[in-house]
Amino acid sequence: MAVDNEIVKNIAYLSRIKVEQDKLEETKTEFNKILAWVEELNEVNVDNIQPLISVHEDPIVLREDVVTVENSSNDVLANAPQKEFGYFAVPKVVE
Amino acid sequence: MTELTNLTIHETLRKLRAREVSPIEVTEAYIKKIEENNSKYNAYVTTSFDKALDGAKESEKRYINGTNKSLDGIAIGVKDLFCTKDIRTTACSHIIDNFVPKYESNVTQNLLNDGALFLGKLNLDEFAMGGSNETSCFGPVVNPWSKDVKLVAGGSSGGSAAAVSANLCAGSTGTDTGGSIRQPAAFCGVTGIKPTYGRCSRYGVIAFASSLDQAGPICKDVTDCALMLNSMAGYDNRDATSSNVSVPDFTSFIGQDIRGLKVGIPDEYRIEGMNEEIAQYWNKATKMLEERGAEIVRISLPHTKYALPSYYVIAPAEASSNLARYDGIRYGNRVDGNNMEELYINTRTQGFGKEVKRRILIGTYVLSAGFYDAYYLKAQKVRRLIKNDFDEAFKKCDVILTPTTPVEAFAIGDKTMSENPINMYLNDVYTVSVNLAGLPAMSLPIGLSKNGLPLGMQLIGKAFDEATIFKTAYQLERDVNFKRI
Repeated sequence: MAVDNEIVKNIAYLSRIKVEQDKLEETKTEFNKILAWVEELNEVNVDNIQPLISVHEDPIVLREDVVTVENSSNDVLANAPQKEFGYFAVPKVVE
Repeated sequence: MTELTNLTIHETLRKLRAREVSPIEVTEAYIKKIEENNSKYNAYVTTSFDKALDGAKESEKRYINGTNKSLDGIAIGVKDLFCTKDIRTTACSHIIDNFVPKYESNVTQNLLNDGALFLGKLNLDEFAMGGSNETSCFGPVVNPWSKDVKLVAGGSSGGSAAAVSANLCAGSTGTDTGGSIRQPAAFCGVTGIKPTYGRCSRYGVIAFASSLDQAGPICKDVTDCALMLNSMAGYDNRDATSSNVSVPDFTSFIGQDIRGLKVGIPDEYRIEGMNEEIAQYWNKATKMLEERGAEIVRISLPHTKYALPSYYVIAPAEASSNLARYDGIRYGNRVDGNNMEELYINTRTQGFGKEVKRRILIGTYVLSAGFYDAYYLKAQKVRRLIKNDFDEAFKKCDVILTPTTPVEAFAIGDKTMSENPINMYLNDVYTVSVNLAGLPAMSLPIGLSKNGLPLGMQLIGKAFDEATIFKTAYQLERDVNFKRI
């Protein structure tokens, strides 16, 4: 399943990463090389095999819902690139 | 007199407990060593000497009043992937190169609770994605064993392995997603263990591929790894995949004999065109264990060949999801744009390095509609078969012996590696299955190549049976008698 420039552009958009026009060809070639390699997996018969999402297959244990003092709003905002009035600040999103 | 910085953790603890040296002297010795040598190796990307010295003073008091703890006064380095409260944590990526966490990772908190001191943060491949430490935004780590040509320290925990090797810390923390503790440990002639998935909490460890990531120690020897893992391991309810199983005292297995132990040698790891020296060392290690009374068993791991392709679908898929959080809004660097979307795109395009972008793109592709079943689901099914292989093999043996890497440390900027990412990925051929199956595995030095560079052997154990690894590794270590730097 070889990818073309259009697929690369779309994947880049979905990833919110820009691939410059002059890098499209190179990215596509590299992509196809890696995909051709992982397609070795097609040699394996996986009929009736359940996917292994995580080796931790025990049921997830819920913890007690208790109040903790972690994450004060000052701490949460401490690394914000831009903050205003105790909130994260972003460019205007609603016209 | 031997320099304080050359000592292992257990030797240092003995001197501290006997009050022959003080934690302040030891810490100052490491600080001096780092100040004199770090520019050669580029192992530390941030230092926290003031905090270390403050900690050493507290530690000194505890030694005086007899309340000293298991790692009291031991100066360690922390891979810059563990969040450390009020100490910059970057994952060696420009996108968060100004991030100062307001909380402490579980693993580093455990170490602090046991009296350890942090000298600083250690270099790694950006977001732990790489096998040579060359993708770090702070530049590559130089392998302390380099002679004329500067060699890679391995990756992704390159700084962690190099710092231990060059005596710039007593021990370090690493993380291992596909071999990131074991491969650099092998390249730098030190010992590192990736514990069972779930043994150490991932809380506060910057995520790469969550179903594979696991923290572990890199140390000067097997006993030190046991001491550090004792502290690092344990259940934590802030990581839903952390296992609520009891943690034995790993040091209690040091020195136990291995008579009657069944050591598995997998046929499929003797790959075509295998490096002759590595094959010879593998045989030598097998003989050493046999002479100590272990029984050698041939085993088969038939899906080994598919581990790497499976990994290079699963790991990028998880990475693309985990790294979606770096959007320039809540932390890290922001690159403005005319609207939100441009802001995201500019931030991520300028913030991430080449290899990280490559993996995000691959991961996004294999998870995208129309391709999910063909790649991601398929890889997860193959992952099941790889785990089943180990389950079968462990019916016949107690521990598995393999080489750690297919090659010795290579030159920084090596063209065969940089021009084709797959060549770099192939470095993980012996280590990656273990992550897919969630098993514990250790790398320890076996000897030097004809070029005078360290080579490593790997011991793989059953899930939550690090004990057998420690027992076996210690006996091997005694026979190998590797000369550290």
